[in-house]
Amino acid sequence: MTAANDEVLETVLEVSGLTKSYRSGSRTLTVLDDVTFSLVRGESCAIVGPSGSGKTTLLGLCAGLDRSSAGSVRLCGEDMAALDEDARAALRNEHVGFIFQSFRLIPTLTAVENVMVPAELRGDTKARQRAIELLTRVGLGDRTHHYPAQLSGGEQQRTAIARAFVNEPTVLFADEPTGELDTDTGRAIVDLLFELNATARTTLILVTHDQEVAERSSRLIKLRGGRIESDTGRAASFRDAVAARHVAGPADSRR
Amino acid sequence: MNLRWHLTMAWRESRGSRARLLLFVSSITLGVAALVAIHSFGDSMRRAVDDQARALMGADMSFESRRPFSKTVEALADSLGGEQARRVSFSSMVYFPAGNNTRLASVRAIEGDFPFYGDIVTEPPEAAHTYRRREAALVDGSLASQFGVKVGDTLAVGNVAYAVEGILKKTARESAAFALVSPRVYVPLSGIDTTLIGRGSRVTHEIFFHFDDTVDVEATLAKIKPRLREESVGSDSVDEIKRNWNNALTNLYKFLGLAALMALLLGSVGVASAIHVYVSQRLTTVAVLRCLGARIGTTFAVYVVQAIVLGLVGSIAGAILGLGVQQLLPVVLADFLPIDVRFAVSVSAVAFGIAVGTSVTVLFALLPLLAVRRASPMMALRSAAGVDRGRGIDWLKIALVALLVLSVTAIAILQGPHPLVSMAYVAAVGVVCGILASIALGTTKLLRRMSTHWMPYVARQGIANLYRPNNQTVMLLLAIGLGTFLVATFLSLQHVLLNQIDAADERGRPNLVFFDIQPDQTEAVEDIIRSRGMPVVETVPIVTMRLHSVKGRTVEAMRRDSTAHVTWAHRREYRSTFRSYLTDTEQVLEGEFATGGYNPGDVVPVSIEADIAEDLSVGIGDSLTFDVQGVPIQTTVGSIRSVEWRQVRTNFFVVFPAGVLEEAPHFNVIVTRAETEAASGGAQAAVVREYPGVSSIDLSLILDVVEEVFDRIAFAVRFMAAFSILTGFIVLGAAVVVSRVRRVEESVLLKTLGASKRQVFNIMTAEYVLLGALAAVSGVILSSVATFALARFVFEAPFVLPLPSLGVVALAVVLLTVGVGLVTTRGVYARPALDVLRVEI
Repeated sequence: MTAANDEVLETVLEVSGLTKSYRSGSRTLTVLDDVTFSLVRGESCAIVGPSGSGKTTLLGLCAGLDRSSAGSVRLCGEDMAALDEDARAALRNEHVGFIFQSFRLIPTLTAVENVMVPAELRGDTKARQRAIELLTRVGLGDRTHHYPAQLSGGEQQRTAIARAFVNEPTVLFADEPTGELDTDTGRAIVDLLFELNATARTTLILVTHDQEVAERSSRLIKLRGGRIESDTGRAASFRDAVAARHVAGPADSRR
Repeated sequence: MNLRWHLTMAWRESRGSRARLLLFVSSITLGVAALVAIHSFGDSMRRAVDDQARALMGADMSFESRRPFSKTVEALADSLGGEQARRVSFSSMVYFPAGNNTRLASVRAIEGDFPFYGDIVTEPPEAAHTYRRREAALVDGSLASQFGVKVGDTLAVGNVAYAVEGILKKTARESAAFALVSPRVYVPLSGIDTTLIGRGSRVTHEIFFHFDDTVDVEATLAKIKPRLREESVGSDSVDEIKRNWNNALTNLYKFLGLAALMALLLGSVGVASAIHVYVSQRLTTVAVLRCLGARIGTTFAVYVVQAIVLGLVGSIAGAILGLGVQQLLPVVLADFLPIDVRFAVSVSAVAFGIAVGTSVTVLFALLPLLAVRRASPMMALRSAAGVDRGRGIDWLKIALVALLVLSVTAIAILQGPHPLVSMAYVAAVGVVCGILASIALGTTKLLRRMSTHWMPYVARQGIANLYRPNNQTVMLLLAIGLGTFLVATFLSLQHVLLNQIDAADERGRPNLVFFDIQPDQTEAVEDIIRSRGMPVVETVPIVTMRLHSVKGRTVEAMRRDSTAHVTWAHRREYRSTFRSYLTDTEQVLEGEFATGGYNPGDVVPVSIEADIAEDLSVGIGDSLTFDVQGVPIQTTVGSIRSVEWRQVRTNFFVVFPAGVLEEAPHFNVIVTRAETEAASGGAQAAVVREYPGVSSIDLSLILDVVEEVFDRIAFAVRFMAAFSILTGFIVLGAAVVVSRVRRVEESVLLKTLGASKRQVFNIMTAEYVLLGALAAVSGVILSSVATFALARFVFEAPFVLPLPSLGVVALAVVLLTVGVGLVTTRGVYARPALDVLRVEI
């Protein structure tokens, strides 16, 4: 790795010795055991593994949705353990986007209102305008005022993607984004995700069962029984792409 | 992010649930309506008293005495100037020759232009002005209708006959409820049968003054008051009347206010329960918002804004409804009001209702909303993540509960007639709610543990519904149980009291009393009674007297001493008897009752009734000096008795031993029993015809009056209880609606698994029957305990329960619960299964 690349490969997520255990009666159940890895800006990483291997727990801990039993998570330079609930929420608002398996759109809000929420939470006065732009970009420009129940599964997930990108996040967490979609719709959603990941240089962390989706990521971490079974590491192609972009000029400027 | 965002988000977030949310708040609407109606009416009433105080009093100032005014008082009255009128009031039998009827009435003999303010309303209207000149009488409407008396008929008061000039509709200072107890007859003072107002009779003498506006009545009265007191003359001014009426009416509407508060509290608990379920359905949204970066306070604030808006909407709707109800109150309370209360919107009452309604709703809603703080954002990834129950004590929750209890107590104190009453009220509501909640919790636990495998599937499922997650069994049992408790207690109490009066009419018990019989008439009256085949149960002498001194200190000195505890017992006129035996309505609590007569020269040992002894702060051996119509008699407290007042017997506060008062001026009372109403009426007419000064009263009259008064109070009380009961059913409706989503889900799953419509319907019916029965039985049992306690310790009456009526109440509660439950769940089965299974719930 060159010095120029080191400078550009800005670490956005650093997971070290992460462990999560629950007490169940007299037993201690360890769901995640000493997991360590880090991701840099723009990288896409698929976390795969059988059911119960700790994928969703890992995702939740990385996003600061839960607290670990041991180990640390640094997200965008912040030690999550040192932050209280509100500070973690503020960090998520600023740097994190989410995509859920069952979309998790707020059923009482229209598509545009759903997309606006993260921007409104940060006090963005142009929230509506940005939300409409994004919905148009994901192909829902004519459905902005529909409620989730009036949208198909694919449309709901596209709305969720628009919501995830409205604050131009540094990191995007996606939990089984195609889990509830048919193959064609799923493929279209994944295309959209990777396209936005590439153009906005967002770090993408996907939990998936879908081999095809996993293979499109630049990195693959396999979990089993709460431990990392295998990690492909940072792909050479990704490093080359970053280097090429660095030579060409800075990436799309963020707000 | 600002308030505007919170408002917008709260508004957006409520989409699809607004109808449901409005149903929740309708639970508080009735409570606020009752509160606003009563307060606004109270304000109108105070305004009316202020406006009509002179009319209430009929004059600017008055003197009042139990004895004819002394020369000193007469001279004082003359020195005051202005216009004067006089009134002499006494109870006397009035005889209506047309139907040979007699009835005890309050006779008002009037001289001069009284009332100076306000009108005596009569039919025909001019009769109020002409009856004095024409030496005729005005008769109360109730008396006239009882005996079919018409204008032009004749009546006799004592030995004087009067033509009936008009029927009285309304007079100053007296409400219709009072006239029920003692109907009035107005006659001119001149020409009255003076034997009726002689020594020993209970007569009130009054002088009314009318001054022009230059006279400062209050200052004048303040100046002469000490002199009047020396003469044992009472006085009144418009301001005093105003104060008295305001106090009395304020107490009346404050008691009603507590009933309104009950409905509001019940509704608020209902709102809290509905919000609890509503919030549990919203936790995923909260988790998503948290994932998107919303702070804990931000998500909490969105729901608090919803609660505030809900409280406001419910309270404003309640206030509007309350102003409608206010228009009904004068009808409900008409018989207790001496004045016209005109409808006026009281801004302060509306503001009070909205403020109390909103704050109580928000406080109650905050409790379940606290769960929002602990919703784990992980729920967005995994529904099972749920609410983080946290470790340790939730201090905010404890602080909130404390704030809630304090606020409710403060509102009750603000609302109630006396802080102690209000605190007792809050404690009683707390105890009843606590017991009902414990019953609910205990029952759900029991049902959960109970082996139900032998039951049909439908019953098992219905029972299981009562303890499934997010059940509202406790809340529903509380709401419906409390409503049932209120109705059942009132019903039982009414039964206890009426039963007690009825019991007095058992065979052989006396039911007719003749009084004001002069000693020389006694034998003749006894003969008349016996000649009609009726027994003379007892003949009792009565001597009127006043207290002169207590434990060596004169009452006069005590009245001058502002630190001395002077009560009604010190000031009142005593009607005492003398005898050497105890009656079966008396029981000696302390000391010894003098049965052996009295030896001249000894100190006279009297027997005092327990309550009076307490008021006078005297015990065995303390000295009391009575002024027996000018003669001081020194006595000592020989015994303290309890007296069963509710029998138709002559009962006394003070009983002298035989041998002391025989020579004092006295009159006799004869107690007898008439087997039929006709026999009673015949005997009364015969005695009054012969001896017009003798009065009589029979039990049927007392029973009628008590029943009538009770009916009117009952109407007013039921009117208020209705708010609580209706609220209970709205709470039930809201509770069922709020859990509708879950029910739809369940019924669809059951349907998918092959359950028929009938089975789903039966499961829900089983649940509501069980719920209704549990609430009804708990409410009725609790009310029986409360009635027992009230009967035993407050009314000292035998404990009886109106079992058939209570059965009807319980059945009605079960039917209504099932009815409301099934109506609000209708259509659940009709939902297409696929719709429900597809939509995220």
